[in-house]
Amino acid sequence: MLKMPTLDVQSSPVDARTETKVVAQDVNVFYGAKQALQSVSVNIPDRAVMAFIGPSGCGKSTFLRCINRMNDTIPIAKVTGKIIIDNQDIYDPSLDVVQLRARVGMVFQKPNPFPKSIFENVAYGPRIHGLCHSKADLDDVVQSSLEKAGLWKEVKDRLDEPGTGLSGGQQQRLCIARAIAVNPEVILMDEPCSALDPIATARIEELIDELRKNYCIIIVTHSMQQAARVSQRTAFFHLGELVEEGVTSEIFTSPKQKRTQDYITGRFG
Amino acid sequence: MNEHTVKSYEEELALLDKKIAQMGGLAEQLLGQSLGALERRDPKLAEEVVQSDRAIDNLEREIEEQVISMIARRQPMADDLRHIMGALRITTDLERIGDLAKNIAKRALAIADESHPKPLMSGIRHMVELALEQLKEVLDAYSERDADKALAVWRNDAQIDAMYNSLFRELLTYMMEDPRNIGISTHLLFGAKNVERVGDHTTNIAETVHFLVRGFNIADDRPKDDQTSSTLISGNR
Repeated sequence: MLKMPTLDVQSSPVDARTETKVVAQDVNVFYGAKQALQSVSVNIPDRAVMAFIGPSGCGKSTFLRCINRMNDTIPIAKVTGKIIIDNQDIYDPSLDVVQLRARVGMVFQKPNPFPKSIFENVAYGPRIHGLCHSKADLDDVVQSSLEKAGLWKEVKDRLDEPGTGLSGGQQQRLCIARAIAVNPEVILMDEPCSALDPIATARIEELIDELRKNYCIIIVTHSMQQAARVSQRTAFFHLGELVEEGVTSEIFTSPKQKRTQDYITGRFG
Repeated sequence: MNEHTVKSYEEELALLDKKIAQMGGLAEQLLGQSLGALERRDPKLAEEVVQSDRAIDNLEREIEEQVISMIARRQPMADDLRHIMGALRITTDLERIGDLAKNIAKRALAIADESHPKPLMSGIRHMVELALEQLKEVLDAYSERDADKALAVWRNDAQIDAMYNSLFRELLTYMMEDPRNIGISTHLLFGAKNVERVGDHTTNIAETVHFLVRGFNIADDRPKDDQTSSTLISGNR
């Protein structure tokens, strides 16, 4: 007799293997008088991919941007609550935000390489953070970062050419190489594939799967199939609330909340 | 449950349920007719069962095609995914039930000219009646999305198993009384086994309905009462 796959939260490889990297406690975000995020609390595992899904304006990007204090750059934004990375509160006033953003890298929706050479795009971060002491060191970091981003073979003979001359998918991988060059612990990705074609998307997804062995990755995506493919845990946001969070396979086969169910099955309206 | 934003998705899901209901109705009809053919030694009715099994096979193919196309186009999620995969599984079980009914009808053809021992025939009739009732219940459970009803069907299969065990023993005894009974008894034994298999497929459907509604499998092990694979008549000689 055939059996349906059993969905067992306890035995999930994510829970068994990894420790919590990022802890959010009662996080609220206000843009002026408008509350964009309401009391979000969640534990994000290390060496795994967590996906944030939800309709436009649900707060998922807002929450993502709290994790490396990108909301600091918006004057009217106010964040309350705690976000803790490795037992350190990142909203502690004594914390160096520049250092934090080296530890928590970010990749954006549209590839945004600097108008410089491919080499300089990757070398810039390690150089300003003083991570490399010699030219040979820097060469090594650039090569290994491009290798980890799956771009080395395609660009090794033209490192001096401008990064903006690459294809969209290559540019996005260059941005990922740039993010990992400063040796981050957490990588935030805000719809990293929405401007890419299916093949380039598949490459990035393959890369995310590779990178999760070493990093804590958080990805915001509008493609539910992508969330289902690349992540081990998924969080569903709606109207500024975190509605449901859990093992990805469970969220997409038997979500507990009706709102999650309605959203992922295309019944919202 | 809210409707899908995309109307045609809703219609496709409804069509799937309609076809399953149609297929289930046909399976019930075939099983009932195969019993009639056996009891009344009616070769014409038996022939009819063999023919109408094709309709079930066609429906199975239609449902399969629809499921594949829906998975490819809609990428179903959550309850929709369980609904669509459940329909695919149920359709396979219903097709098998149709085959088993057809097999009973073929045996009815084979033994149409022999005299039927009354007590054994009534044993088979009771089995078929119970199997039909179970099938009807599980089809209702599917269309009503009633997991408790499915669970009741699942538990009840033990009764069919018990009936099969006792029929098995009776048939063995009957064969030992007179070797000339062996021919008809063997056909009846296979017939009964087919009904027992119908019960198992019905149980499969019950499990699928439960998963479809609740999102997890029935936890405990079903009581299995078919002991015939380890039964021997011994010590009588």
